[in-house]
Parts: sequence; structure tokens; C-alpha cells
Amino acid sequence: MLSKGLKRKREEEEEEEEEEEKEALAVDTWWLDSDHPAVAQAPPAVASSSLFDLSVLKLHHSLRQSEPDLRHLVLVVNTLRRIQASMVPTAALPPVPSLPAAPGMADSLLASSDAALSASMASLLEDLSHIEGLSQAPQPLAEEGPQGRPIGGAPPSLGSLDLLDPATGCLLDDGLEGLFEDIDTSMYDSELWAPASEGLKPGPEDGSGKEDTPELKETELKDTELDYLMDVLVGTQALERPPGPGR
Amino acid sequence: MGEDTDTRKINHSFLRDHSYVTEADVISTVEFNHTGELLATGDKGGRVVIFQREPESKNAPHSQGEYDVYSTFQSHEPEFDYLKSLEIEEKINKIKWLPQQNAAHSLLSTNDKTIKLWKITERDKRPEGYNLKDEEGKLKDLSTVTSLQVPVLKPMDLMVEVSPRRVFANGHTYHINSISVNSDCETYMSADDLRINLWHLAITDRSFNIVDIKPANMEDLTEVITASEFHPHHCNLFVYSSSKGSLRLCDMRAAALCDKHSKLFEEPEDPSNRSFFSEIISSVSDVKFSHSGRYMLTRDYLTVKVWDLNMEARPIETYQVHDYLRSKLCSLYENDCIFDKFECAWNGSDSVIMTGAYNNFFRMFDRNTKRDVTLEASRESSKPRAVLKPRRVCVGGKRRRDDISVDSLDFTRKILHTAWHPAENIIAVAAANNLYIFQDKVNSETH
Repeated sequence: MLSKGLKRKREEEEEEEEEEEKEALAVDTWWLDSDHPAVAQAPPAVASSSLFDLSVLKLHHSLRQSEPDLRHLVLVVNTLRRIQASMVPTAALPPVPSLPAAPGMADSLLASSDAALSASMASLLEDLSHIEGLSQAPQPLAEEGPQGRPIGGAPPSLGSLDLLDPATGCLLDDGLEGLFEDIDTSMYDSELWAPASEGLKPGPEDGSGKEDTPELKETELKDTELDYLMDVLVGTQALERPPGPGR
Repeated sequence: MGEDTDTRKINHSFLRDHSYVTEADVISTVEFNHTGELLATGDKGGRVVIFQREPESKNAPHSQGEYDVYSTFQSHEPEFDYLKSLEIEEKINKIKWLPQQNAAHSLLSTNDKTIKLWKITERDKRPEGYNLKDEEGKLKDLSTVTSLQVPVLKPMDLMVEVSPRRVFANGHTYHINSISVNSDCETYMSADDLRINLWHLAITDRSFNIVDIKPANMEDLTEVITASEFHPHHCNLFVYSSSKGSLRLCDMRAAALCDKHSKLFEEPEDPSNRSFFSEIISSVSDVKFSHSGRYMLTRDYLTVKVWDLNMEARPIETYQVHDYLRSKLCSLYENDCIFDKFECAWNGSDSVIMTGAYNNFFRMFDRNTKRDVTLEASRESSKPRAVLKPRRVCVGGKRRRDDISVDSLDFTRKILHTAWHPAENIIAVAAANNLYIFQDKVNSETH
């Protein structure tokens, strides 16, 4: 596995970039199956650009976990920021609605994606604060790229880079909503919980209707008290029950 | 690395005692108790297995006691958090023994969310000769009882009983990575990614939050807590490490909330080694105070470092665990190995430190002689009672017969968890679901 990685790194230098979609696919299939012959194909124009893609993929994958490993997430985000900072932004070019065919577009895409990526990463981390609320997984974002185009909804599939819009660089779209479909939120519809002032970030397709979970201001109830109270309500924990054997 | 003959002087006499195969489950933590008589392991399935060292046999005075299974119990079960619709893993993250205060042994075991106090007691006698019951427990016909007798205690087969005494739940929103018992023997702390709580061992319904690094805006989150430990002697001092490679020593006497550290230990980044992965490889995965309390040992991805509590600017010693991986960081990032969390350990006299690596290798560094050795924990490479052979990773250039080349290292076989007996040269090394216990037969008292 290591030697494959080494070989790939050498081949990544300074070759004409094919369509980014193809490159993305090559990265994608390589990621999924290291024995894929496409490993040697379609290297990106800049070595750090594939590292960028890899980091974005990792971030995406990490966030898709039902309970993200915070350390992993923070390290990947910080690394991504470093990579971003090292990429020299070129002059802003008009946004390209389709994937570029010509080489040299990669840099402009990266430039236009930087701002959007920063915004989306910031929002993602903000969403992580909802970990302490009733909902653990990150909410779907209504990310419109700086060009004002909403992200098209695409069916989520792990490893599919459809979710990674290269033009805006936004990571998440409402593809994540699928995660929430099966959750029974009826227990959350209770007068006890005052709706949070910040509300929910509406997704482009469904808004907040799909996600009924009210959110609390963190100052209203301490997290541990909240968890404890909910456990009591759903009967998983009785009040003041002394620990018995086998509990 | 030193010449082979010299490195053999350190490790030549390490023999392999046993390899204990636990059923299917990967060992996730290993811990000796304070005397070294007991060794506890926790696994991914939520089980705890305790080994006990047999007393030395009179027949073979040179053969020191070996470890046998003493008790096995299910500490944690998988749970479902209905509030967040998440399953809570039963994997045991850490076990810490309490100092023994009576005939019973006690330990704390924790998974991601809940800490439990377990009491382990022995029963080796039972009363016989009741007046009202016969030997099988049936009530006697009173008319047959003509005299009274006093029940006497008779020996029986040893029975080890384990019971949960406390459950410390609902203290943590994030995943618990460390627990540490205070030297006052009354309190302990538990740390998750963003917070550290102080508990009293007898009180389960509340804890004090002593460190909170959660930012007001989660989008400002750039650092998490990775490990923490109480000072072995000063009950007011503790240290915690971060994902950015810094250590913070805190004094609980200074303030109720120890967000402000008393000392900050941080080594400036080496500009010649700077890369995109600098932060990831600087993330501290384990921190351990020395037995003396004067030093701290930290493990990051490529090195182990010894810090003097009196010097914050940089470590006093740095040892390269596997520097040949420095040029492979990109690949290790790809396959996520760069995020592996290795533990580290001191020997009883604080003169040798040990940590795990890949390919089931583990490394030991003698702080006095500056010699180091690489050994392997695997059944293929060592038969029982055989002396461990030092291994060498060759990075090109002259290659000897038994050397392993960097590209042949197996990154799926890694030694994350190791422990050193508090007094003797006995080490426990966990490799996946196997536990290896190695003893130094020759230099048992000194090193």
C-alpha cells in the first residue's frame, strides 16, 4: 500500500491535466480500490491539488460518520487550511458551470472555491455545535456558491464526488438529508423544549420541515442535565437507581 | 541504532512467557496494578480480563511467576443513546487501578461515555456446620437436632467475584480518552475531546468540570484534548495534552476552572521538517508522568519525548521511533495511519521508555546509555521461552539478512498499547487480539 502511494506521488508531477472530473474519478477509484489500474492515470497539475482533494474527501467522510471523531476532524480541517493557504490564488475568472476541459483552469477553480470552501467549512464546524443539542449529525447546508447558484441535490453515496461541486468547492449538499429520514422525532415535539433562537439551517430542498428536532440554546440547559433528562423521559435510566450487577 | 551486540545487552534476556488469545476481540487497553501482581486488559467487546501473577515456584527458583487468567467480566455493553440516535460503543478505552486499601481490588474502566468502578474480591472459604440447614442447604428436621454447633470456615476453591460499585454516567458529551486516579485516592478525572471532569469516587451523580476548551463558536475549534493524567504525588497538579502537540500543566488550587494553565510545554516547530502534516504528527497521543514525578513522557507520531517539569521551552530528550516514515507521510495520510494513537510507558526506575510501532514492532530506549532496541511481538518470530531477537528496519544502503525494508512493513499490524510492570522488567504488549508478556530473566531488579 505504501509503495503504491509513493509511485503515485512521483507520477503526479507536472502533467497535463485532463478533465477534472476524470481526475476526480481517478482519485476516487484509487481511493476505493488501490488495485485499480487507473492509479497511474490522470494526475493533477499540481501535487498539492490532489492532496487538497484527498483532504476534502477525508473531511467529507469524517463528517458523514454519525458521531465524528473530533480529533480526526480537527486535524483534517487544520491540514486542509494549511494546504489552502499554500495554494496561490490566481486572478478571479468567471465561474465555469461545467467542468473544465482546458488545462490551467484548475487554479482559477481553486481560487473561486477557496472562499466558498472557507465559508462552508466554517458552517460545518458551526453545525458541530449541534452535537450538544438533540441532533448529533451535521445538518444539511443551504450553501449557495458565491456565484449564487444553489447546489444541485445529488443522491448521497460514499466516495461519490458528485457531492463535491468543483466550481463552488462546497462539501455538503442536501444529500445528507437521507440520514435523517428514518429518525423518529416525535419524542422531541414537546413543550419542554423552547425552540432555539438560531433555528435550523434550511436545506435547499426541504427546509427545516424534515428535521423536527428543536435546538436549545446551550445556556438554557446544561448538556449533561439535558442528556440525563432525556434518558429519564425515554426510560433508559431511572432516577437515582443504584447500580446493580450486570448493569 | 547501535551495534547489534550492544543492543542485545538490553534486551537479550527478554523471554516470551505466554501469548494469550482473546476470542476475536481486539485489545484496547493494558494496565498493571500498583504492585504488578495483576494485569488488566480491556477489549473492543467491552470485556475486561484480569491476569494474576503466580507466586514464584520453589521448584524452579529461577523461573519467576507467570501470569494466568484471574477473572473475566463484561464491563460495558453497547448502548443506544435515544436522544441522539447513536450507538455508544462498548469498547474499553482505558482501565486504571485504584490503590489497594483492603483485601479487595478495585479498578475504573471506561468506554466513550461512562466510567464504572469495579470491585474484585476473592472468596476461598465457606462456612460449614449450620444448625438449621444441612450441607445442601435444606432445612433440617428440628427434632433431629440435639446439640448446637458453631459453623466453621472451611477452605474451598478460589472464587473471584466482580461487582460494579459505581457507574459514573452522563458526564461527557464527547468521547472519553483518559481517566486518571488522583494520589489522594478519593478523586479521579476523566477527559474527553473538549472537557475534563473531576469526580469523587463515592459520588456518581455529579462531577466538577475543571477544563473546558470548547470555543463559543464551534467553527473556531482548532484543538482538542488528547490525553491527561494526574501528577503521581501532588494531588493538585495534572497535565493534559492537545492535538497541536502542547502540554498544559494545571494547578487545581489556582482556580476552580483550570482553563488557564500553570505551565505550557511546547516545542517550536523545526522549520527544516515543516510539511502539511506537521500538525498531525505533532499531535500528542499519550502523556505519562515518570514514577518520580519529575518528568513527563509524551508520544507523537514519530517520536517519544521526555520533558522536565521545570523546563517548558522544549523536551530534554527526544527519541526517534520510526523516522524512516517521515518521507512517507503523504501515504500514511492517505491510509489514515497517520492518525494512529500510540501509547508510551516508563519502566519502574524511569530509566527506560517503551512505545509501540508498526509491523508489531515495539521500541525501547535506555535514557542512560542512549541505546535503543526494536523487538517484535508475534508468534512467528518468537517461540515461548525463546530470547527475543532485535529487529532492524533498513532504509536503503547495506541490508543485513534479517532486516525488514521500510516498504515491507505491515501497517495493519501495530502495537498501540503497552504497559510496564511498576517494579520489575516485565512488559505487556497488545497486538490486535493477542497479549504478549515478556520477562527479563537476567536483570530483574536493576536496569
